[in-house]
Amino acid sequence: MIPLTDDKIKTLTATANDIRQLIIKALLAAGSGHTAGPLGMADVFTLLYFHVLNHDPSRPDWPERDRLVLSNGHICPVLYATMARAGYFSEDELLTLRQFGSRLQGHPHRDFLPALETSSGPLGSGLSQAVGMALAGRIDNPTTGPFIFCLMSDAEQECGQTWEAAMLAGKEGLGNLIAIIDRNNIQIDGYTEEVMPLEPLAKKYEAWNWHVQEVDGHNFAELNDAIGAAKSVYERPSVIIANTIPGKGVKMFEKKYEWHGKPPTKAEGEAALRELQNLANRIST
Amino acid sequence: MTGLNPKQKLNEQLFAPKVEQVPIRNGYGEGLLAAGEANEQVVALCADLTESARAEKFAKKFPERFVQIGVAEQNLASVASGMAAMGKIPFITSYAMFSPGRNWEQIRTTICYNNRPVIIAGSHAGVSVGPDGGTHQAIEDLAITRVIPRLAVIAPCDAIEARKATIAAAAWGSPVYLRLAREKTPIITTDDSPFEIGQANLLWTSAEPQVTIIACGSVVHNALKAAKQLAAKGVEAEVLNIHTIKPIDDKAVVASVKKTGAVVTVEEHQVAGGLGSAVAEVLADKWPAPVEFIGVHDQFGQSGTPAELIEHYKIGVSHIAAAAKKAIKRKK
Repeated sequence: MIPLTDDKIKTLTATANDIRQLIIKALLAAGSGHTAGPLGMADVFTLLYFHVLNHDPSRPDWPERDRLVLSNGHICPVLYATMARAGYFSEDELLTLRQFGSRLQGHPHRDFLPALETSSGPLGSGLSQAVGMALAGRIDNPTTGPFIFCLMSDAEQECGQTWEAAMLAGKEGLGNLIAIIDRNNIQIDGYTEEVMPLEPLAKKYEAWNWHVQEVDGHNFAELNDAIGAAKSVYERPSVIIANTIPGKGVKMFEKKYEWHGKPPTKAEGEAALRELQNLANRIST
Repeated sequence: MTGLNPKQKLNEQLFAPKVEQVPIRNGYGEGLLAAGEANEQVVALCADLTESARAEKFAKKFPERFVQIGVAEQNLASVASGMAAMGKIPFITSYAMFSPGRNWEQIRTTICYNNRPVIIAGSHAGVSVGPDGGTHQAIEDLAITRVIPRLAVIAPCDAIEARKATIAAAAWGSPVYLRLAREKTPIITTDDSPFEIGQANLLWTSAEPQVTIIACGSVVHNALKAAKQLAAKGVEAEVLNIHTIKPIDDKAVVASVKKTGAVVTVEEHQVAGGLGSAVAEVLADKWPAPVEFIGVHDQFGQSGTPAELIEHYKIGVSHIAAAAKKAIKRKK
């Protein structure tokens, strides 16, 4: 694990703010898409792409790279914005989100953007694919292969396939697999605990032989420590339950499930950008 | 002149009462082992049916490249996709009813949409599964697989062809569905018979053919017996083994039907969406001709011996011969 200095945390905070602004701009240009999830996961994505992942934006097919599987494809605005900010493609391209011919499809599609590890959208199949990558990685390189990160939503813990994958990962003791669950407590129809209670979520993963941690998904230091601890567990897969605030960074979007699946209007988006810009000014001073 | 096509180098004993019979799934097991020996990137995954779906030889020889998934076919498909993303060539093995039956969306999205070269082997396809009954008789699998872009669909006619198809699938480079039957099936081809994915084989030829009989899988043998029966009554036919339902060999279909002008399709599958539909699509587009469809007509399977069920669902030799005469009569 690479420790985080105060300076690095400040830089990451500013980067996450940039990424949130890019998300809002992309959603405004698209006129459709998801708002709450992408904003809520901006800090996790920022830490992964700007501190944790062993990757090279100029060589997306580098065989030794760590893999990042986004299972809940609907939050792809944050994936696209982070990849653009990291240098995989230009930030201008974010304004083509969801348009005909764009590489940035409404849900991620590798045919259009080969730098993606997987195409995704239908919930519940990302963990299986990550487990497959971890199994293959272990066959090729039992000790020093890449890490496989799988980002999931909390609602897709309702999918049976997620538990099929969790069982297999536990059975196989996949120490090269690190799952991160976006625990933001909302889904399309309402709050997760009303739609389909998931708690005790940590105990469920423990029962399948996983190493489980719960962190504040907006605290870079906590997240980084948890990822470091996960990497040091060799005999079991790890899951980090990241408690996040859906819509984080823009007050009117925060903690409201209504913002799960819709974009802001022009006025709302511009207000959101002003709020984020004010915050950015405070970070830089 | 009418008879077996010598160019196909078929089993000379194929009409003998004591013709050698081997389950088609056995050929898959041998092919999987051979593919694994030839390429160390080949891996196999199974969902608690290792022996009966014939992955056990591979599992024994290459335990480090075999993954037991348990009864979890959705996971089976997507884990294979992940392994393929890392350069592996995964074979996933189960019963056709469960894979591609239960895990259709995972095959579509995580394998085909992702363009990962996974081979889906579905054993126990067709009504010839027999006593297990309708829950275990996949007769919709060709329909649901051939509508998925990128997915090649192959139904070998005997164990030897299944071995060749399995080895070829490992080198195909994009997703493949292999349809396999459970029961012992007469050996039609030999090691020397030609096999290429997407190339139909003309098994029975005639000097002046009046009807084209197109079949796939375990009922190709019935089609050949029907051609022989018809020949005895002076009716000349061609029999085309379309082992690859997709990409279908439309040139071979059209070439034969241009000569005959009448068609019978034969499959152990729903008439809707299977081989017959694929052939009809080709003909409607390129060379319209009357088609008689032999297969299951919008029904579920049930328990019985394979012979009883083939008879009940009218996929037998006499049904094919009668359909051929009917197709000839329908010619204008």
